[in-house]
Formats: sequence, C-alpha cells, structure tokens
Amino acid sequence: MAELLKVDDINVYYGAIHAIKGVSFHVDEGEIVTLIGANGAGKSTTLQTVSGLLRSKTGSITFDGQSIGGVPAHRLVERGLAQVPEGRRVFLQMTVEENLEMGAYTQPKANTPGSLERVYVQFPRLKERRRQIAGTLSGGEQQMLAMGRALMSKPKLLMLDEPSMGLAPILVEQIFQIIRDLHKAGTTILLVEQNAQMALSVANRAYVLETGKITLSGTGEELIHSDEVRKAYLGG
Amino acid sequence: MSFLDSLISGISLGSVYAIIALGYTMVYGIAKMLNFAHGDVIMVGAYICFFAVTRFNLPPLVGILVAVLLCTVLGITIEKLAYAPLRSAPSLAVLITAIGVSYFLQNAALLLWSPNPKVFPNFFILHGADGAEQTGLELGSLRISYVTLVTIVVCVVIMLVLTFFINNGKLGKAMRAVSEDKDAARLMGINVNTTISVTFAIGSGLAAIAGVLYMSAYPTLVPTTGSMPGIKAFTAAVFGGIGSIPGAFLGGLLLGVIEIFAKAYISTQLSDAVVFAVLIVVLLVKPSGLLGKVVREKV
Ligand SMILES: Nc1ncnc2c1ncn2[C@@H]1O[C@H](COP(=O)(O)OP(=O)(O)O)[C@@H](O)[C@H]1O
Ligand SMILES: [Mg+2]
Repeated sequence: MAELLKVDDINVYYGAIHAIKGVSFHVDEGEIVTLIGANGAGKSTTLQTVSGLLRSKTGSITFDGQSIGGVPAHRLVERGLAQVPEGRRVFLQMTVEENLEMGAYTQPKANTPGSLERVYVQFPRLKERRRQIAGTLSGGEQQMLAMGRALMSKPKLLMLDEPSMGLAPILVEQIFQIIRDLHKAGTTILLVEQNAQMALSVANRAYVLETGKITLSGTGEELIHSDEVRKAYLGG
Repeated sequence: MSFLDSLISGISLGSVYAIIALGYTMVYGIAKMLNFAHGDVIMVGAYICFFAVTRFNLPPLVGILVAVLLCTVLGITIEKLAYAPLRSAPSLAVLITAIGVSYFLQNAALLLWSPNPKVFPNFFILHGADGAEQTGLELGSLRISYVTLVTIVVCVVIMLVLTFFINNGKLGKAMRAVSEDKDAARLMGINVNTTISVTFAIGSGLAAIAGVLYMSAYPTLVPTTGSMPGIKAFTAAVFGGIGSIPGAFLGGLLLGVIEIFAKAYISTQLSDAVVFAVLIVVLLVKPSGLLGKVVREKV
C-alpha cells in the first residue's frame, strides 16, 4: 500500500531538552498505526512535529509524497493533515457548531453543510447539542467534538493524541468504537495512546516510544503478546 | 450645564473612549498584550487628517479616510516590527516595548510636526439657507452639537458592525478561535500571524476615527494629545472587562458619563481622580471588570 506519512530521523528540542532522539516511522494509506509509551516519552512532541507546530532539527517528514518539514501548521490542514490535540482543546466559548465550522476553515464554504451532516451522523450527540457552548459539554462529548472538528477538513490522515485520556471506561469503549468506524470508512489514523491495551487492539501496526526513542515496533497483535510490552505497559 | 446637557456630552465623550477601548480590548483578547502605543496612534491619525485637510485641501471625509488607511498600515507595521518578534517573550518585555513604541511615536511627532499646538478644524458645520454656520441642533433649551451627534452615531454603528463581524464573519470567528487557543487555531488552518495583524489593523483604523472625533470636540492638537484619551480608554477597557467587546462599549460610555458628571457636579480638577477612584472600586468588587469573564490561566 502507498506510504502516506514517512517520518525519518527527527530530532526535536525544547531549549536544551532533547525530547525526540532520531525517531523514524511510517503510516501507509488505510492503516491505523499507534504510538504508545509512558507519560513524557515524547508522543505528543512527535505528533506536533508532524502537524507543524514544532520543528525538527534534522531528518525529513514526507506526507502524501511531498516534504512537509518546515511547512507551517496552518498550511498542512488543506493538504489533508488533521490533528486532535491532547486534552481536546475545543474552543470552549464557541458553540458546538461553530467549533465544527472552524474545522472546515480551509474548505470551500459550500462544503460545510455536507460535512456537518456527515459529522452529525457519526456523532448524533453533537447534533443534539449543536447550539450549546462547548464549555458546557462533558469530557466525552468534548472529545467527540474535537474529533468531529478534525474530520470537517476531510483529512487524509487523522492524528489523535490520547483520545481516551480522562474518560470513564464506557466512554473509552465508545471512542475506540468510533475510531474503528472511521477506519472502516477509509480514514487513515495515527493514534497516540497511553492506554496500550486499547490502542494495540485496534491498530494494524504499533511503535513503542521510550524517552524520545522508538524501542520496539511490529503489528498490534505482535506487540500485545510481546513480553516487554506486557511488562511495561499492560500490567504484566 | 443642565443634567441632560451633561448626560449627552458624557455619552459623546464616552463614545470616543469606547471606540479607543475597542482597540485595546481586541488586541488584548487576541495577542494577550497591552498595547500602550494605541493612544499615540490616535494622535498620529489626528495629525494625518489635519494635514490632509488643511495643507492638501482634501475634503474632510477623504482626510478621515486617509488617516484611517495610514493608521491601519501603522498599526500593522508596529505589530510586525516591535511585537511579533516578542511573541514568545515574557509579557513584561512586551509591555516595556509597547511603552517604548509610545515614546517613539510621540517623539517622532515632535520632530516631524513640532511641539506647537495645531488647532483642529471643526468638520461638523452645516451652512443654513442664509449662509449662516450651524454647529448644532437646538431642541428647546437643549443644544446638541453635530460633533456630539456624529460621535454617538459613529460609535453605535462601529459597535454593531464589529459585533456582527466577530460573531458571524469567517475572519471574526477565526479571531475568536485565536483568542481562545492559538495552537488549536493553527490546527484548524488559521494563520495566527495574519489574524493578529488584522486585529491591529482594525484597532488602529478605529483609533484614527476616534482621533478625529476627539479632536473635533477638544481641538488642541499636540504630540502628546493621544496619551490622556489613551489612558482613559484603557481604563474603560479594564472597567468593562478587558477582552470583552461589549465591555469596552459599556466601560467607555460609563467612564465618559462619570467624567463629565464629576466635572459638572464635583470639581473640574478632581474629575480624573473620581474616574480612577470608580475604577479601583469596581476592580475591588469585580476584578475581571463589569462584563469580563473570569480568566482561567492555562498551565
Ligand atoms: N513545552 C515544553 N517545554 C519543555 N519541555 C517539554 C515541553 N513539552 C514537553 N516537554 C518535555 O518533552 C518530553 C516529551 O514530552 P511529551 O511529548 O509531551 O510526552 P508524551 O506526550 O509522550 O507524554 C518530556 O520530557 C516533557 O517534559
Ligand atoms: Mg502527550
């Protein structure tokens, strides 16, 4: 299958802190790939470097056949890259529908009604609350909104940063069901999670990130059964 | 002055404060900085309009338009040269830079246009059928000057247009998104730098309009002309709740009315002290200002 995203030897720094040390991975079209690792391993930093919010000092990032290293974040959305940031980061003072409209910022206005309809079919809860201020939504609803908002730009690659963070188990189940549905509908997904069990169960392939380096990779199936992963991330 | 006279001139002065306060509040909302040079843009706008009309003999309306255009460019330039490089610097550094820009503008004006006061012409004069000049309307014992009338109308129109633009315009919504969360806005495809530039452009254009209206009521134009209305409007923005557009409107109007009433009924010398005393009381009772939201600092 065609390679959609290729990250090759990136190094990212916060001042003197060397957060990402020579990370390489790739995502093929139609895959769900997950990046798992403990808190502080560098998962968010990796995603933010791909989406253009942070810069790598070395290496290259290729998306959809073009080099995107150095392209500012706001120019990558129209190319088909969407990121749901850690902690959801919906616009709390805007209504649900306004949040979704912001997701369609780079799209022609004529497409908005159709995109809204698609998102509302996927997330009926958001349709019920379309006129409500996002700040009044529950955590699970905000996560759905953040995902729906990202889908409004019709991304080729959807990057999710810890979508299950802080949610009750039943909601985690629900979010992962949505991830499976989106994948089935043809969306390519790069999923970052601390919840390794759930992430590995939906992923085609996975990478383990430890203090800024990739230490393991394989299919989701392989890693679920790997001793190292079981010990470190799945509680034995 | 009667009570009604005072009220009307208070609303008129307050309208000018409100227009200036909009610039402070919008820039604060989006760039999270206090642009202390904003008051001096008023002064530059007033000079540009003054020279356009008196030296280049342009019609007043064209003079105002030229002032708005050049101030817009000035606002964008100030932001790009002085503030944009400090986007991730500590806010104290930005504040000191803004004060520096303010002094720079005042001294540049001193150099270019000398400290000698210029008398700003009154544009708001109608000629009656007999050729007599009329500067206002007489309604019984009440006299309302055209300047007052125009100022209030302009302020209301600006408020309505701006509110509509922010709530419904694509760029307006982008501005709200940027003011809430810059990185999230970037991930929507919004160019944050452009959005900040537009905010400075709008604020500075409004400052030029405010400058002309202020000068029409208080016609002595000197290089420090902008500082007092600038500080008062800043106070008005804080009073109403900095970051809030209706807050700037309300804060401006209240401040103008309080100032004029203090002048009329308490003491001309003490009016400014009264204004600031009211501000302090309001902030003690409601630190976020009248219509301000409680700001949760993000960690
Ligand atoms: N804004 C920042 N400034 C300085 N250090 C940071 C910043 N963000 C993250 N880090 C550091 O970079 C490393 C990776 O962080 P992050 O990518 O957020 O990890 P993860 O998402 O896997 O929890 C951590 O050591 C963290 O302390
Ligand atoms: Mg993280």
